[in-house]
Amino acid sequence: MPMYLNEDQAMLQDSAREFIATEAPVSHMRALRDEKCKDGFRHALWKQFAEMGFTGILIPEEDDGLGLGHVEAGIVLEEIGRNLTPSPFLTTSVAGVSALNAGGKALREKYFPGILSGDTVLGIAIEERAKHRPDQIAMAAERSGNGFKLNGKKSFVIHGASADALIVAARTSGSAGDSEGLTLFMVDKDAAGLSAEAARLVDSSMAAAVTFDNVEVDADAVIGEVDQGQDVLDALLHASRAGSAAELVGVGSGAMDMTVDYLKQRKQFGKLIGEFQALQHRASHLYSEMEIARAAVMKAQQLLDQGNEGADVMVSVAKAKAGRTTGLAVREGVQMHGGIGMTDEYDIGFYMKRDRALNEFMGDANYHANRVAQMHGY
Amino acid sequence: MSESSSDLDQFRSELRGWLEANCPEEMRQPVKSEDDIYWGGRNATFASDAQKAWFEACVAKGYTVPDWPKDYGGAGLSPAQHKIFKQEMARIKARAPLQSFGIWMLGPALLHFGTEEQKVHYLNQIARGEIRWCQGYSEPGSGSDLVSLQTFGEDKGDHWIVNGQKIWTSYADKCDWIFCLVRTDKEDKYRGISFLLFDMETPGVSTKPIKLISGNSPFCETFFDNVVVPKDQIVGELNRGWDVAKYLLGHEREMISGGGLGDGAPSLGARMTKVIGTDDAGNLDDPMLRAQLAQFDVDALAFKAMAEKFVDEMKARKGHPAKPNMMKYAGTELNKQRHELVMAAGGSDALEWESETSGHGAKPRTWLRTKANSIEGGTSEVMLNVISKRILDLPGA
Repeated sequence: MPMYLNEDQAMLQDSAREFIATEAPVSHMRALRDEKCKDGFRHALWKQFAEMGFTGILIPEEDDGLGLGHVEAGIVLEEIGRNLTPSPFLTTSVAGVSALNAGGKALREKYFPGILSGDTVLGIAIEERAKHRPDQIAMAAERSGNGFKLNGKKSFVIHGASADALIVAARTSGSAGDSEGLTLFMVDKDAAGLSAEAARLVDSSMAAAVTFDNVEVDADAVIGEVDQGQDVLDALLHASRAGSAAELVGVGSGAMDMTVDYLKQRKQFGKLIGEFQALQHRASHLYSEMEIARAAVMKAQQLLDQGNEGADVMVSVAKAKAGRTTGLAVREGVQMHGGIGMTDEYDIGFYMKRDRALNEFMGDANYHANRVAQMHGY
Repeated sequence: MSESSSDLDQFRSELRGWLEANCPEEMRQPVKSEDDIYWGGRNATFASDAQKAWFEACVAKGYTVPDWPKDYGGAGLSPAQHKIFKQEMARIKARAPLQSFGIWMLGPALLHFGTEEQKVHYLNQIARGEIRWCQGYSEPGSGSDLVSLQTFGEDKGDHWIVNGQKIWTSYADKCDWIFCLVRTDKEDKYRGISFLLFDMETPGVSTKPIKLISGNSPFCETFFDNVVVPKDQIVGELNRGWDVAKYLLGHEREMISGGGLGDGAPSLGARMTKVIGTDDAGNLDDPMLRAQLAQFDVDALAFKAMAEKFVDEMKARKGHPAKPNMMKYAGTELNKQRHELVMAAGGSDALEWESETSGHGAKPRTWLRTKANSIEGGTSEVMLNVISKRILDLPGA
């Protein structure tokens, strides 16, 4: 598989780029923030995503989806990142669908039609700490009657308060640190004992802390097999890590493009500031790093789509590289804009905020660099 | 002229048989020192019988330049066959039979710009390792800024008289011929440069080695004092040597940028574990260095993906024409960082420069050598200038 987009993928990129830049540019996000939109995204836009076919990119053709791969999902995510578009695409159509694809037919039949039509939004309830530690999941799911009883708390559930259902990782046996004993569940938002407390984050997205107080689910809610949830969780993690890395590359590219444009317009000391070599070299270095980050993300996506066992390490490389590079892009962006970069009126600061949240989602650059070291045995 | 997979399978199996019969065991061991490398040339001597046998077998098959046409000394392999050739050579860890600036740099430029007579004459000599070439680009005061070069060729009808000085001429004291940038028109700053080839034994040519911080002297100063160069030894058009030089620099930059990948080992951190050891938890026994190595491995694996993308895009003519500058910048900076970490991991053992029993200071010498990566072939700063101007389109760049 060559490392560039084929004809079909290039067409998808063209349509995603035009659609998202037209329907949901940065001003769309600004408007949602200013009106204190309680969901943090527009349901009408999610319907349009469905009409474009985006919501079913990773849904198999036999389930009426497009049956495409992570490269294609990444194309949409890069445009989402570039425009800072608030959307449940990453959690629902990428993370959620990948988990359900690894689960049973009954759950796919139950949830895929709503995802395809843009009616259903999924939340991902994995985290229990401020830092991403999926190997330390401790929340308990006890057997009860025909099903299970869930007790505990999950944090950083993006769109958790407005999601129609949550994917919840809990322990049906063993303890934190064991790879066996994990089980993933689909939990509907109306389940008795479930409460979500939403907060607006620095990037204006809405994330919830979700409390489970004797929440009962029946055996049909299990994704995959009881105690064998690690495989489903891995599918979810791979998809959302590669996906968030792709979105980060979009955020970084958007910030870089804005900054390079600014260097060509802003005059100081009687010159365009882009004429100063100190800034040229920093911009060129950033360009080089962004290209390398994009290549790392594409490699990770291709390996995932091929089912290649090298995907795991490359997904962590991609998230680590994209995280550090986009961090550089937004810091350089604000600095090179000078005072105007500190104003709320100007958009560059939004890129810095979005980068901070996306970097934290599914493991930051340090977490993934550490994983790369561990996978290489040191 | 498409090749079926069965044709390629047959090529592979014949090649395996040939390598088995012709590549001596000694030529499948890693190179230990400079002396193990065969550069060819008029005064070359072989370090061993095995080196001689391997070289001669390869010349006979055209395998010193396998992808060049047969008329020019190559084996005329198709791209698919050439890929198999490289795979099979790597599989048995065979050494290159001949290292040569003629193969890497001058050859591709001659294939593109040379006349038919020049191709037949020079390319065959390069393929047979008869002439060792050096490159005369840089001058004192004119390093990365080649446009400012001063060495002048005065037109004397059927020949030029060349006067001037070159610097950083790799192995000039060991080379037979030079490919050289010479100003042939003083009025036209950008265009008035021509690409000349001439014999280093021509009266008026002299060289002086420059000792480097690594202790080696791979580079020389080269002086031209009324050197006579015949007119048919120009490559490309008069005063358009810049086109040839840029084409050749593109190849040089691609070659140097590969350095960031090291010797193909997947993980520097894993290799350094053997040097440093691990703690009770199995982690590398130096947490700060472990963190730096982890970051490096992320960067190196990401760059490896970039290198793959770069090659795929070049083949499909999708890449930006200034992309080699970006690769040269990123690859050489990464390689410098690699050797900083190798030195840090090696600790006091990596400091040894000379001893009677062990090596020849390979680690510190290599570390010091890599510092030139971001200078030779255009400095990192020049690469960043090119990116600013040609890719980002920044004003006044």
